[in-house]
Amino acid sequence: MKIIVLLKMVPDVVEELELAADGKALDTEFLRMIANEFDNHALEEALLLKEKYSGTVTVVALDAPEVDDALFTALAKGADQALKITDGDGTLGTRAGAYRLAQTLSSVPGLLPADLILTGAQAIDDLDGLTAPLVSHLLGLPQLAIVTKISVDTTAGVATVLREFPGGVRGEYEVKLPAVLGIQAAEKPPRYVPVAKVRAAMKSQAIQSVPAATAADGGVGLLPVEEMSKPEVTEHAQMLKGSPEEIANQLCEILAARGLL
Amino acid sequence: MGTANHGVFSLPPPIDISLENLAEFPEGRRVLTCIQCGTCAGTCPYGELMQYPPRRIIGMLRAGELEKVFTSDSLLNCVACYACTAKCPRGIDLTGVLLPLVKEQVLLRLPEMPAELQRALENKLRYGNPMGESPRKRAAWVKTAGVPVRILHEDPRPVDVLWFVECYSSYYPRGQQCARATAKVFHALGVDFAILGNEEKCAGECGRLSWERGLYNTLMEYNMLVLGKYQFKLIVTSCPHAYDAFRYRYTALRFNYDLRHTIPFLTQYLDRLKPRLRRKVSYKVTYHDSCCLGRHSSVYEEPRMLLQAIPGGKLVEMTHNRVNTICCGGGGGGMWLDTYYKAKGYERLSERRVKEAVATGADVLAVACPYEISRFEDALKVLGYEKKMIVRDIVELLAEAMEV
Repeated sequence: MKIIVLLKMVPDVVEELELAADGKALDTEFLRMIANEFDNHALEEALLLKEKYSGTVTVVALDAPEVDDALFTALAKGADQALKITDGDGTLGTRAGAYRLAQTLSSVPGLLPADLILTGAQAIDDLDGLTAPLVSHLLGLPQLAIVTKISVDTTAGVATVLREFPGGVRGEYEVKLPAVLGIQAAEKPPRYVPVAKVRAAMKSQAIQSVPAATAADGGVGLLPVEEMSKPEVTEHAQMLKGSPEEIANQLCEILAARGLL
Repeated sequence: MGTANHGVFSLPPPIDISLENLAEFPEGRRVLTCIQCGTCAGTCPYGELMQYPPRRIIGMLRAGELEKVFTSDSLLNCVACYACTAKCPRGIDLTGVLLPLVKEQVLLRLPEMPAELQRALENKLRYGNPMGESPRKRAAWVKTAGVPVRILHEDPRPVDVLWFVECYSSYYPRGQQCARATAKVFHALGVDFAILGNEEKCAGECGRLSWERGLYNTLMEYNMLVLGKYQFKLIVTSCPHAYDAFRYRYTALRFNYDLRHTIPFLTQYLDRLKPRLRRKVSYKVTYHDSCCLGRHSSVYEEPRMLLQAIPGGKLVEMTHNRVNTICCGGGGGGMWLDTYYKAKGYERLSERRVKEAVATGADVLAVACPYEISRFEDALKVLGYEKKMIVRDIVELLAEAMEV
């Protein structure tokens, strides 16, 4: 089975996010990038599938700071090939990013057809959750998102996947391969890879750089950012004091005064 | 027990030693001289819970059946406390040589790494601290130190003492209180000191960082480069795990700086300290010997000398003291395996230790390792002893008595 994993770097929220002077982007001075957590789950699911059905895993990422570390880590974990799409500025939105990924997948010889293209169901930068749907649309493949489990019938070329819905509802779907799946969570937490293995991968394996196929937006329409702002801080946190009875009475009065009782 | 080691090893274990080439090194050949007496298993705080305690591991090694040992997770209970090593009548460095090598293989074969430990290891690599805090905030505590604390990358002039603060003292709120107390005591004693600030990263823990050799080497190479940038006469660290790492592991990268832990360092200033310990106290204090500082490096008397110098304080001993100390459970990765142990229904070693401390009737449990503060404070709360006893770093008690 041939699996492609799409990986994206997102801001690491260990540092406080600051706005750039123009108010339209994040200040990148102290910003660090980290692999999107959901994409790490997509990679883990791909590695679990490889272990179960055998095959290959290729990780494809848009260029961004620290992306090499993420790709070497993926190789050390068991991915067979790592591709980096260069010329990117690392700040592409989901739409432009999806277009660039789809274009690259089609233009690099030997990548397609793949049985499965997995990516995270969403990323913390915009929570759009559109990478899987857009890539599938551009490649003309079926797509299912918010996936938490995959099993494959390799002879029939069909995958059975579990999707998660709000309120604890889950649904089982069948999809004909090849397909694009947005992964919510792998069946196991992303594995630990000993640092010695990552260091060995850096010495013995290589990341393949491929130039982006076309202009960033490819005509699908970049969404320009007009303004970016921090969430507004509202005031008022009233601390109630007294015995539990007094506090309960005060609470009732406040709720009644606001018409909530 | 005349032949038992009392903790001091003149040479660090060779960095290249592995299970395959064990017999090529004197330390490895020594492992094979085991007489199967079982003292190691008997002295191990988790020995009764191990499917393969050290004695059986050596038996399996001789029988060529180590692979069986690797498939049991029982060695995750090893808290690298050096108890077996200290008591081995053949002088085998179990904690330093054999157990980390076996643990590494156990870990690599685990179907799933305990989540808490995995996060701590990944955080150490990415952020240089196990908590996953921003490396840019490592020196943030300095602003509230109350005394000037020089940061070397801001002011790189030569300095007498490079104080290696370490993670828990830099980030953990109770640890920061110890860091502030240490800065104040150094300042009051006129010590010319400076810190690495945000350039510092976790030294890598004792004993090959809980089995993660690659991570250990990465941190070691990084810290050696940073240390090489500055001129200083002595490294002082408040963390026995960093002390252990520097003293026994960094030597592989030609670490030959003069090194002290804060407690023996301050003991050198005892004459200058004594007249400054003005505040009379009325507590009874018991001291917990940390594994790395006590059992592994034989620092037993210095902490007691400092505690006895505090006027009015009365020092009482726990049943298990000095070489017989019981680990707080934080070593060898145990700091990040509490949930794992708890899920298995094991007693937390910190709770076992705190029960013994409370039994002395002491009001204060004095420690010299930043891991122990959180471990023992949590244990006191869990056991309902939080009104009976408080946990203080010795330096905090000194600062209090000095009224700085």
